[in-house]
Amino acid sequence: MSLHITSPAFKENAVDALANVDLQQALAHVERGFIHKRQAAVDALPEFEALRREAKAIKDHTLAHLDLYLEAFEENALKAGAEVHFAETAEDARQAVLEICRRVGAKTVTKGKSMISEEIGLNTFLEASDIVPVETDLGEYIIQLRGETPSHIIAPAVHVTRSQVEADFRRVHTHLDPERDLTEPVSLLSEARAALREKFLAADVGITGANFLVVETGSSVIVTNEGNGDLTQILPRVHIVIASLEKLVPNLEDVSTLLRVLARSATGQEMSVYTTFSTGPRRPGDPDGPEETHIVILDNGRSEMLADEYREMLRCIRCGACMNHCPVYHAIGGHAYGATYVGPMGAVLAPALFGLEHTANLPNASTFCGRCESVCPVGIPLPKLMRHWREREYERHLKPATERSGLALWAFLARRPKLYRLATRIGLAALSPFGRKGRFAWLPLAGGWTRHRDLPAPAAKSFVAQWKARS
Amino acid sequence: MEGPLVSAAEREDRRRAAVFGKVRRALAGEGEGEARREAVRERLSRHKANVIPARGQVDGESRVALFAEMAEKVSATVERIASPEDLPEAVAEYLRAKNLPSALRMGADARLRDLPWQKAPQIELKHGPSDGHDLATLSHAFAGVAETGTLYLVSGEDNPTSLNFLPEHHLVVIAASDIAGDYEAVWAELRARAEKEGLPRTVNLITGPSRSADIEQTLLLGAHGPRALHIFVVGKG
Repeated sequence: MSLHITSPAFKENAVDALANVDLQQALAHVERGFIHKRQAAVDALPEFEALRREAKAIKDHTLAHLDLYLEAFEENALKAGAEVHFAETAEDARQAVLEICRRVGAKTVTKGKSMISEEIGLNTFLEASDIVPVETDLGEYIIQLRGETPSHIIAPAVHVTRSQVEADFRRVHTHLDPERDLTEPVSLLSEARAALREKFLAADVGITGANFLVVETGSSVIVTNEGNGDLTQILPRVHIVIASLEKLVPNLEDVSTLLRVLARSATGQEMSVYTTFSTGPRRPGDPDGPEETHIVILDNGRSEMLADEYREMLRCIRCGACMNHCPVYHAIGGHAYGATYVGPMGAVLAPALFGLEHTANLPNASTFCGRCESVCPVGIPLPKLMRHWREREYERHLKPATERSGLALWAFLARRPKLYRLATRIGLAALSPFGRKGRFAWLPLAGGWTRHRDLPAPAAKSFVAQWKARS
Repeated sequence: MEGPLVSAAEREDRRRAAVFGKVRRALAGEGEGEARREAVRERLSRHKANVIPARGQVDGESRVALFAEMAEKVSATVERIASPEDLPEAVAEYLRAKNLPSALRMGADARLRDLPWQKAPQIELKHGPSDGHDLATLSHAFAGVAETGTLYLVSGEDNPTSLNFLPEHHLVVIAASDIAGDYEAVWAELRARAEKEGLPRTVNLITGPSRSADIEQTLLLGAHGPRALHIFVVGKG
């Protein structure tokens, strides 16, 4: 039961994505929508920068004391009547979920949107165990019908056009009138609402993720706009929360600070519609709510990150601002990355979780323009961390031989200034026949660049040579 | 490695020990044990507020006005009523204006149950959690936050959580005096209550009616939760 990682084919994926007309039409919404909305929300809150600094400090403090906060969270969650399960690996987490589902004889489970569920491949696993998982977030429902994975961490179906959704609904909802009008997005929404309402009421177990786990109270917190996460966790008899180690936050004041930067960074909302704090199962006398609450806490490589330079990545609160502002993501969308986590945060996280040998292309899929870091609500230095992965890739001989020998040659020359200057002189002379009007339309060994755009030609004389001539 | 002879409890213990072992090893360089423990104890008990935006720091009627403005910005509707006794007729009027059947479900909350419903005898009252087919439900909010127009609803015998999510129209009553400036003030209230009766199973922070932008980033109301959120603010701020 391993995840299907297609990151090794990143370059082919990207070429396909650039030629995919539907995808390009859908991706235009990312750039038009998210960036403007975030900026408007930030402009409306003078304290935003101060809150960002605090958010970063809260996460740094929590990570530096994570062992103690884990103990305290476990104690408080148990006190509230929840059961806490620790999972070192994805397999442990899947087994923990399956054991609960089997014990209560679950046939169908409803699911709120959870990236951890995607990370551990929970749906495929449950299906193989004869349990039907039903995704209830509208975007997740759409991609489940299409047999796809999310292409964005908060807008999983952002790569799908309205007419594609219409075609999928007609294909799957065969009990409805084939002549019905589905041209308006709202009619699609109503159809999904009706289809899922029955599933909510019939499910045996509800599985959600968590945006935060509050140590002080032993609560799990979900932040949503649709209300599906809440229906998932209050209607079935059993609620399972799956969350990773770094979701811990010390107290309710700290959560409030993080909430103030989360929605603004994600969708440009001041606050998401539903922010729900769940503490244990239903209390005596409660007329609704689950009878059992389980919290599965997943490590899956994060404790290793805690020990090295990637600890900073564990501050991530999964707002998606980095991908919303990434020129590479805008051009190719999320699927080309070929891993659960995409965009700049995925380029740092995926190698840590799934192995650099499978994902080395991702930290290279960046222009290092720095927009991701500039909008990150918890100040993660994403370009720096991507650069660290590139260094490791080089150290571990994961780069192709041509690239390695090219770099080795450059390094050899760069350490010998006289030789370097001689080489640049020869190089400039050799290149001059290819340049036209200061640009190269074609250049040997640089076809990947010049096929799509011109490369600026260097000046006829190097800077050093020009400087010498002046003095 | 984990054969069938290993009991479920033993497996759980092993997994727990493995995770804690790795986390502790990763943090081995973080310094002296007692100082770290003290830092954690302090953080968990002192409840020190971080930066609180100035926006919500207004009093009285200005605070109620800000709450209403922010709630309306996210497509909720807000209605001021002078006294709880006016609520039955206001509810009846809402249902009529929206062309809804004269039916309403609510929990056992005495603040709602004991209202003079005989003033609106046409309303068919139902009690208890929602069966998933209610068009309109009524809840009483624990508090509100002016900063973002957010309602706090808490679960309990009196206010079933399903009433907040299953209807098409969610009607919520809040006393003007229960509207706070910021979240921190409400957490303090809830902590005080938790010391007596524990934190409620569910605390819902609700900011506007349900919505989704999952289809081509087009904002649509009423994804799975209520299509409409109507807030009755009772009394003066």
